[in-house]
Amino acid sequence: MTATEGKNEIIAIEPGELSVKAMEMKSKGLRLSQACAAWLRKDEKLELSYSFVDDDNYDMFNVRISLDNDKRDTEIASISDIFPYAAFYENEMRELFGANIKVINLDFHNKLYRIEEETPFVPKKEGQN
Amino acid sequence: MGKRSVIPYGPQHPVLPEPIHLDLVLEDEKIVDVLPSIGFIHRGLEKLTEKRDFNQMVYVTERVCGICSFGHGYGYCDTVEHIMNIEVPDRAKFLRTIWFELSRLHSHLLWAGLMADAFGFENLFYQCWRVREKVLDVIELTTGGRVIFSVNKVGGVLKDITPDMQKAILEMLDYVEKETKVLEKTFMNDYTVESRMKGVGVLTKEQAHALGCAGPFARASGIATDMRMRGYAAYGELDMEPIISNDGDCYGRCEVRIGEIYQSIDLIRQALDKLPEGELAAVVKGNPDGEYFMRIEQPRGEADYYIRGNGTPNLDRMRVRTPTFANLAGLCAVLKGADYADVGILAVTIDPCISCTER
Amino acid sequence: MYKITRSPWVMHYDGSSCNGCDIEVLACLTPVYDAERFGIINTGDPMQADILLVTGGINTQNAPVVKQLYDQMADPKVVVAVGVCACTGGVFKDCYNILGGADQVIPVDVYVPGCAARPQAIIDGIVKGIGVFQERLEKMEKGESLTEDKEKKAEETAESEDK
Repeated sequence: MTATEGKNEIIAIEPGELSVKAMEMKSKGLRLSQACAAWLRKDEKLELSYSFVDDDNYDMFNVRISLDNDKRDTEIASISDIFPYAAFYENEMRELFGANIKVINLDFHNKLYRIEEETPFVPKKEGQN
Repeated sequence: MGKRSVIPYGPQHPVLPEPIHLDLVLEDEKIVDVLPSIGFIHRGLEKLTEKRDFNQMVYVTERVCGICSFGHGYGYCDTVEHIMNIEVPDRAKFLRTIWFELSRLHSHLLWAGLMADAFGFENLFYQCWRVREKVLDVIELTTGGRVIFSVNKVGGVLKDITPDMQKAILEMLDYVEKETKVLEKTFMNDYTVESRMKGVGVLTKEQAHALGCAGPFARASGIATDMRMRGYAAYGELDMEPIISNDGDCYGRCEVRIGEIYQSIDLIRQALDKLPEGELAAVVKGNPDGEYFMRIEQPRGEADYYIRGNGTPNLDRMRVRTPTFANLAGLCAVLKGADYADVGILAVTIDPCISCTER
Repeated sequence: MYKITRSPWVMHYDGSSCNGCDIEVLACLTPVYDAERFGIINTGDPMQADILLVTGGINTQNAPVVKQLYDQMADPKVVVAVGVCACTGGVFKDCYNILGGADQVIPVDVYVPGCAARPQAIIDGIVKGIGVFQERLEKMEKGESLTEDKEKKAEETAESEDK
């Protein structure tokens, strides 16, 4: 067997470019492997990563949106009209991290996991309780 | 058009031991729409990184799921090792591969049993689990645990497989291979079993790709993707090809998984044959600082790990994307248009692991 | 061993367990360990069940489900908490969505430790549960009420919550 580890790249983009990038990935025949958010405690940043993978040569491209603490409410257009199954990941990111993702095709309205605590992964903003 | 009704499925259901809730919209006996709702097992263990350091997290990660426990522990350790640039000794890589395949073996036999139970063949269910117990005996002999092994650590493994144990593994493999051939006859050729599986829940290759399916579920629809081909651990030095089927129905998924039982047996034999001498673990110094995306092949399919370290013992983020999470969309697709009586089979056919899904 | 006059049926509910205990519970019922030799049968119907096996801790969403299953069971009934998560919350005790062990919402009679609990331990727990079941059955046949028992359990639960 020939082991092909494949590329593993991180591509930083602006919040508005996500749909364009997702279309580009889709036209290349890639599949959305996962999407996740991360809260960086030290830098106080919210990061959203969408990973696209190629099933033939195992390449992986991670599209990364980085939001500073004061901008973490920035509206992000959902890519669930391009990749329908992205809805589950986007609901998860919104419920756990408070990412402001708009127009998800299968919208659970922050009730995917139905937890009591709001956005447990991200510290509350000042003025909020 | 018939009368529409909504039937709730789960969270407590005789067929599926795990809690998932599906709202099934029925038109007479046909399902026209499905809405899954999850969250019955959501624990929030990813946030434990704030309270546990990166070595303790290995034990938490192993408990993401009790069936693919070893895979989760391995995926976590491998990702941290990539961030910290740790060169794992060759022997540890091979030992990890052997345990990984042993866990795949027991998981697939478990699935075969649950599948048999789902279509009401209780005898076959018991036979599959009887064979599986032999695998668990060997796992217990080599690691000390039956379902949760806890042999991984960042930098290598904690236990060794001695020559005596290797002999026991090889004897077990011969036994399991012999017994699986008998079970395979029933699964693949029995008239009644075939009629429950053939043509049920068909997912074409295009659909499977468009829905982002992973693992044996996607391979049964003809997508030849297997993360083991990426050659992590010692897979790069072993000989294997992804097992695929072009049927795309329940029969195809059964065929793929039974094929993978033989493949696992073959891989363990190869790995034992090539097992090098050497250390069990590398020395780990410092804290992880950086990030890495890792993909490995769990018994249920492709699992993604993302770890972000910040230079302290507590990681910023530990993320596991499990195969069942990816296959949820596929499950909803195969349920649409199916008969109500087939819901149990179709739910089991993706090999659901709800505990993984919700973490 | 107790003098058993009935065949209690068990029902298994997966709380927020990692599946490790679930598959061990199932393994108990298969021929190698064969818990069915004690006259028990695994059922999916709470109305017919006598012993409830709970695995995994309780989270905000499954608390009402566990409570409902318990309420649907007919008296006399016994609850066996399988695995350390069902006993105390275990490794997940500090998670934001975990309330604790099964005794947070229902009275538990037998605690089976272990992560994952071994089949031998689970069988032992079931046998102990059958003993409790038999005691309650005899009490009921004599016409004594089980509510005292339940109140005592409820008090204990409240105490453990206070702690």
